[in-house]
Amino acid sequence: MAEELVEVRNLGMKYQSPNGEIEAVRDVSFTVRKGEFVSLVGPSGCGKSTILSIISGLLKPTAGSVRIGGEWVRGTSEKVGYMLQKDHLFDWRTIYQNVVLGLEVRGTLNRESREWVLSLLKTYGLYDFRDKYPNQLSGGMRQRAALIRTLAVNPEILLLDEAFSALDYQMRIAVTDDIYRIIKKEQKTAILVTHDIAESISMSDRVIVLSKRPATVTAIHDIRFNLKERTPLACREAQEFPGYFNMIWRELDVHV
Amino acid sequence: MFMSDKQTPALSKERAEYLRKVRFRKYATLAVRVLILVVFFAAWEILANLKLIDPFITSQPSRIIRTLGNLYREGSLFRHIGVTCLETVAGFLIGTILGTGIAVLLWWSDFIARVLEPYLVVLNSLPKIALGPIFIIWIGPGPMAIIVMALAISLIVTILEVLNGFLSVDPEKIKLVQTFGANHMQIFTKVVLPANVSSIINALKINVGLSWVGVIVGEFLVSRAGLGYLIVYGGQVFQLDLVMTSVLILAVAAALMYQGVVWLEKKLVKNQQMYGQL
Repeated sequence: MAEELVEVRNLGMKYQSPNGEIEAVRDVSFTVRKGEFVSLVGPSGCGKSTILSIISGLLKPTAGSVRIGGEWVRGTSEKVGYMLQKDHLFDWRTIYQNVVLGLEVRGTLNRESREWVLSLLKTYGLYDFRDKYPNQLSGGMRQRAALIRTLAVNPEILLLDEAFSALDYQMRIAVTDDIYRIIKKEQKTAILVTHDIAESISMSDRVIVLSKRPATVTAIHDIRFNLKERTPLACREAQEFPGYFNMIWRELDVHV
Repeated sequence: MFMSDKQTPALSKERAEYLRKVRFRKYATLAVRVLILVVFFAAWEILANLKLIDPFITSQPSRIIRTLGNLYREGSLFRHIGVTCLETVAGFLIGTILGTGIAVLLWWSDFIARVLEPYLVVLNSLPKIALGPIFIIWIGPGPMAIIVMALAISLIVTILEVLNGFLSVDPEKIKLVQTFGANHMQIFTKVVLPANVSSIINALKINVGLSWVGVIVGEFLVSRAGLGYLIVYGGQVFQLDLVMTSVLILAVAAALMYQGVVWLEKKLVKNQQMYGQL
């Protein structure tokens, strides 16, 4: 069994505001192994994103702890790459300048990292667009650029926070497939937060089902498909898919 | 993507029709604009010549040209223009730089921003012209007092405008650079400042107008030179020719300075991003 890369233990988070206290996360524990793709699925506003923010070190939990590669998380770490809902490419930077943003901020932009970035751009078909501006690219290419921006700093884990949810449905399925292949090719560990059951099943090795606020772990499922080459699109058509879907749907306990 | 004209040498009939309409509209707009100007000055001149309006009170274009010539021969024309423009540019530059600087400080420290908020609100609503006499007594009647007057009028607006832009930056964009471990300084230089080039330029545009107001008011109050002085002096000695001439010069100078800012905007924005270049 591969080593455990992320260890979340008894995580709790209470937000304070003048109007009162909101408990977003309560006693959440799980682990993620190296190379694994794990999804956190839960109803909207249940505190999923809070868990990601805590793992990334942007937020301090009020209870519990997170360890990455055995080290306690105390602030943002170089091991973690974060993908937000939208691509957030900066309009005033070219694709190349956007992609090196993380390296620039970390002060690690040198010849070696520059060549690494250029090779990523080449591999993923954006090299010819490196001097274009984001508004000259299609939605799918923008997502690729955003992913390359995250990969440029060479993180061990990718956190995908409702990534792609700003795209329209057709585009989203295509981009999901695209991004999944890239993540697998680069052999990254990934944690995806989503409220889309189908998306979580089609991409993950494991799905962690969360309750509504405060988020607690309802169930953890291993997702296995009998496929030669696993891609999100193939998974959606596989015979195991509806079974997983119905099970998780029932566990989410959605009421209108 | 739009089909460019190069790719399709044979224009469709509809396209040609459309292009012709666009061109016609452009020229028609320009022609009517010029016509309005010509008719206005011609009517002014003719009505004054026919004594239908009293040129002693309204002046008239031919008298304005004569006055311009006189001022030029006396050698004082460019002195007056120069003094006023210098004061305006100084007030404008100091107001912009200082205002943006203070806005940065307020963005940086939430605490200072909160503390100063009521003061800014009061200062913003106070008619700054009321402070004129105080400046004259403190600084003495001269160009410095005039520049301070211009500054007083433009500074608070600049601070509020720029700060507003800083605070309206998408928090997700800030979160993005934070995930890379950005510090406060990097958040500012990598996100907040570049995202706000347009709001700073908007502040510049407002500032140009406000600086002119400040300078002319200042010159009304204290000066011995400048276009504001010419206007006040002309009024006092009932020389409407001088007043009208000065107002026209002022209009041209203010328009030129505004165009300067527009030009700067084009330059900056072009360097930064290329709009719609698909």
